Amino acid sequence: MRKVLLPTIIFVVAILLVIRLFYLQVIDDTLKLKSDNNAIKKLYEYPERGYIYDRNGKLLVANQPSYDIMVIPKDVKDIDTTEFCSLLNITKEDFIKKIEKARVYSPRLPSVFLAQLNKKEYAAFQEMQRIFNGFYIQKRSLRDYQVAFGANVFGFITQVNEGIIAKNKYYNSGDLIGRQGVEESYEDILRGIKGIKYIQKDKYNRDIGSYKEGRFDTIAVQGKDINLTLDAELQKYGEELMINKRGGIVAIEPSTGEILALVTAPSYDPAILVGRQRSKNYTMLYHDSIAKPLYDRGLLAEYTPGSPFKILTGLVALQEGVIDENTSFVCHHGFSYAPGRFMRCHDSGVSVLHNGIYNSCNTYFASIYMKTINKFSSPPVGVDAWSKHLRSFGLGQFMGYDLPTGKKGSLPTSKTYKKMYPGWGWSSKTIVSNAIGQGEVLMTPIQLANMIATVANRGFYYTPHIIKKIKGGQIDKKFTTKHLTTIDRKYYEPMINGLFDVYNLGTAHGLNVEGIDICGKTGTAENYTKINGKRVKLQDHSIFVAFAPKDNPKIAIAVFVENGYWGSRWAGPITSLMIEKYIKRKITRKDLEKRMLEGSLQAEYNKYIANPILDTLINKSIKTPVKKTVKDSNEIKKSTPQQ
Amino acid sequence: MKNQSVTNNLDWISIVIYIVLVIMGWLNIYSSSLSSIEQETSIFDFSQIYGKQFLFILFSVPMIFVVLSIDAKFYEKYSSIIFTVALLSLMGLFLFGKTIAGQRCWYAIGSFTLQPSEFAKAATSLALAKYLSDVQVNLKDFNRQLQALVIIFLPVILILPQPDPGSALIYTVFILVLYREGLPSWYVWTGFIAIILFVLALIIEPIAIIAIALVIILFIYYRSRIIDRNWIMSAIILVGISGFVFSVDYVFDNVFKQHHRDRFNILLGKEVDMKGVGYNTNQSEIAIGSGGWFGKGYLEGTQTKGGFVPEQHTDYIFTTVGEEWGFVGSLFVIALFVILIIRIIYLAERQKTKFSRVYGYCVAGILFIHFFVNIAMVVGVFPTIGVPLPFFSYGGSGLWGFTILLFIFLKMDANKVNEW
Repeated sequence: MRKVLLPTIIFVVAILLVIRLFYLQVIDDTLKLKSDNNAIKKLYEYPERGYIYDRNGKLLVANQPSYDIMVIPKDVKDIDTTEFCSLLNITKEDFIKKIEKARVYSPRLPSVFLAQLNKKEYAAFQEMQRIFNGFYIQKRSLRDYQVAFGANVFGFITQVNEGIIAKNKYYNSGDLIGRQGVEESYEDILRGIKGIKYIQKDKYNRDIGSYKEGRFDTIAVQGKDINLTLDAELQKYGEELMINKRGGIVAIEPSTGEILALVTAPSYDPAILVGRQRSKNYTMLYHDSIAKPLYDRGLLAEYTPGSPFKILTGLVALQEGVIDENTSFVCHHGFSYAPGRFMRCHDSGVSVLHNGIYNSCNTYFASIYMKTINKFSSPPVGVDAWSKHLRSFGLGQFMGYDLPTGKKGSLPTSKTYKKMYPGWGWSSKTIVSNAIGQGEVLMTPIQLANMIATVANRGFYYTPHIIKKIKGGQIDKKFTTKHLTTIDRKYYEPMINGLFDVYNLGTAHGLNVEGIDICGKTGTAENYTKINGKRVKLQDHSIFVAFAPKDNPKIAIAVFVENGYWGSRWAGPITSLMIEKYIKRKITRKDLEKRMLEGSLQAEYNKYIANPILDTLINKSIKTPVKKTVKDSNEIKKSTPQQ
Repeated sequence: MKNQSVTNNLDWISIVIYIVLVIMGWLNIYSSSLSSIEQETSIFDFSQIYGKQFLFILFSVPMIFVVLSIDAKFYEKYSSIIFTVALLSLMGLFLFGKTIAGQRCWYAIGSFTLQPSEFAKAATSLALAKYLSDVQVNLKDFNRQLQALVIIFLPVILILPQPDPGSALIYTVFILVLYREGLPSWYVWTGFIAIILFVLALIIEPIAIIAIALVIILFIYYRSRIIDRNWIMSAIILVGISGFVFSVDYVFDNVFKQHHRDRFNILLGKEVDMKGVGYNTNQSEIAIGSGGWFGKGYLEGTQTKGGFVPEQHTDYIFTTVGEEWGFVGSLFVIALFVILIIRIIYLAERQKTKFSRVYGYCVAGILFIHFFVNIAMVVGVFPTIGVPLPFFSYGGSGLWGFTILLFIFLKMDANKVNEW
């Protein structure tokens, strides 16, 4: 034992060391090409980003070449700084600052010294490049926008930040990456894969040829072109109609779930976020906390849906069998749903489903809503059953569309009310405002559009999506999967008849388009903001949902105009024009078009901002959520034929 | 003729391995230092470190002849004097030592420097061999154990404050020599368990370790025969373990300096700062790892040429082997060391005197611990500590120290036939 201990230890240790060496040298390949393997220089070849087309093959986004000056700080030697600076038109302080910044990132790895040179600067620098040790030019490709609209849909290209570099091994300092819009959601497809050439360097840091005869080199893979579901003409028209207004338009093709237009206002020309002005312009957009041009209202703004929600109230009541289309209720300009509690209504007389919907009768919908909830053994059971129906329309959830931003909206369940009314009982009366879309339900415009598309389809929807085709690729299967609602098909027809007569007999008559059968619903949402802790009522929002034609629908649309007075004043005409544009491709009602194009709500938006004191107050209040409620009773009074 | 008989009886296997290692070391030093100079020069250029190493090698030849020509009995007779001189030379460093890179371990004569700790290893081995070869010495006796440990730790006490923890670490290997000569086995077991506990204490919470220890002790307690059960002993062991674990924790957090902690943390994967504290280990692993099966070829190492591995010609010389000669070359070098060390143990076991056996064992132990600590550090499984690779690393003192250490033993071995 005493004799064998040391030899045993020696053999065991030797074997362990050999295993470790075997692992390092033979198994673990990553060490060979590790990023801080400095004896081997990597040259990147950046592929061109994929082009973006619209649904009809119109080119929307192409590319232009751009040149960055890269620097490897440890190689910077013997530079005529004065000449260098004058050539690139920068100051010496700038030069020192930029080199220092690059050195902090890494003395041995390349950083961007100056991004996006113009052609003249590039030509001048290229001639002199060889005398500037440590600097070289990296060619990249930048976006070249063919159209001045669609900024919110496209997103933009920017340099990767350090957070992304740390998380995702693909990116190096100075690489470009898509942010927001389809540039972000289809980054991997549009980007392609950059090629890498490994160059062996000698001890004097000179290139001495390809490393291992190029065995590890990769060829750049071009980015794939994509077609969006957008209709360029409709998108452009929508953005034009929304000039000087705030809000969003979402148009969907019901039979496929394809997004035909996704407008947010105000927006900006995508071209201003390209080139060396990018950072200045982006900062300007980013800091506009009042108009919020970078905020995609179509996807992000959660509003109380108002009257369009009555469609769902009606469908759920029909499905639950608490009414049929002939069940009638009497309205006396309102409805006393509990002792001392009165919900006002513009309507009077006897309502059944048909005129209930086209007159938007609050009494009718409050009654059927209470009947629905009361059908169940207790209010919580009733609310959960109701909530389940709404969920099948995509409410209260991220819908899974292929754009990188979104909001869930809000869909109450029994839990919500348990929290809201702890300790005391609540009943269908307590939550009756849900009937007319002014309760706890919040919806984004795209959820509203999807809801009306589902109605147009008589009971199903496809997840809304922006991608139509990937050249040489497949779009996600989830976009061709049908989602059925919990409402039987037969209940949609009477509802649609009511929506149809909104245009003939109801709240939107006068907005008809000749030769197109449109079904729609107006909405008006009250909204408030807090100024100095006081609740201040702002002008109502104008809402409209519609689809057309009635049979075999081609387009379903939701329009939201902030502070647009009432449903048929702004949102209604814009909806009508959009439908006409999409189906007929030309506008006959030139007067209406002119009024909408030229109409401005800026005065409304500037009301409080004109006052510098209030200005700052509003700035503050915007950071905290603005409370909005709908009081439907006012809606119809205002929306009686105005146009 | 006396000299002739020495030559005939010399162990040529060891000598050939020695020569191969020294030459390979020199060639690799040449390769590793090309990055730091402006222009490639002859491998014999004495102004460069590879030229200097060549001089050191040349100079070790007469040194070998001197060592071999001295009578074997001389080393036994004068071991205490040699040991005393070595200790004095270590002490002298505090007065006359030259500080290089924060370490006061050198005597400087002009541009020439000498590191006495490299020679102290051989002197300590001689002293220990001398002490243990005394027929009176029985290592079962506690006083004898203590005296042996004093011999070992005298140089350690002088080396530690230089500071040179690497050289000091080497002396722990003498415990294995003492074990071979009769030290009770619980010393070795205690040491072994202490190492495991130390590593565990750095990885997991002390309380968890103590809980595990308690379970194991209870298990052993109840599995042993009733007559063997000794609850007092069990309790002492448990308290001992607890104390040790907590003190490791305390020492690590309060006594160790940050750079010591960093070295352990890198090893345990707790630190990933590859540009800062983890730089050496990371670059060393990259260089070795990039070698692959057969390496990039002599003078073709990209990492070596780029000069990315710090201290490559001294403590990290093995990275050059790894990169330029690949897994096969590394395996070859490891095999040479293993064969040499095992050969020395084999020779030691066949010695007729206890003195030369113990000395042989010391030589094997010293070579082994250098080999183990150095390569383990270079491949990233041992904390960064300055221990050279014998015969390979650049440096005159190191080369001569190991040469003298080895050839004294080869002389003893060659002489054994003449012994009476």
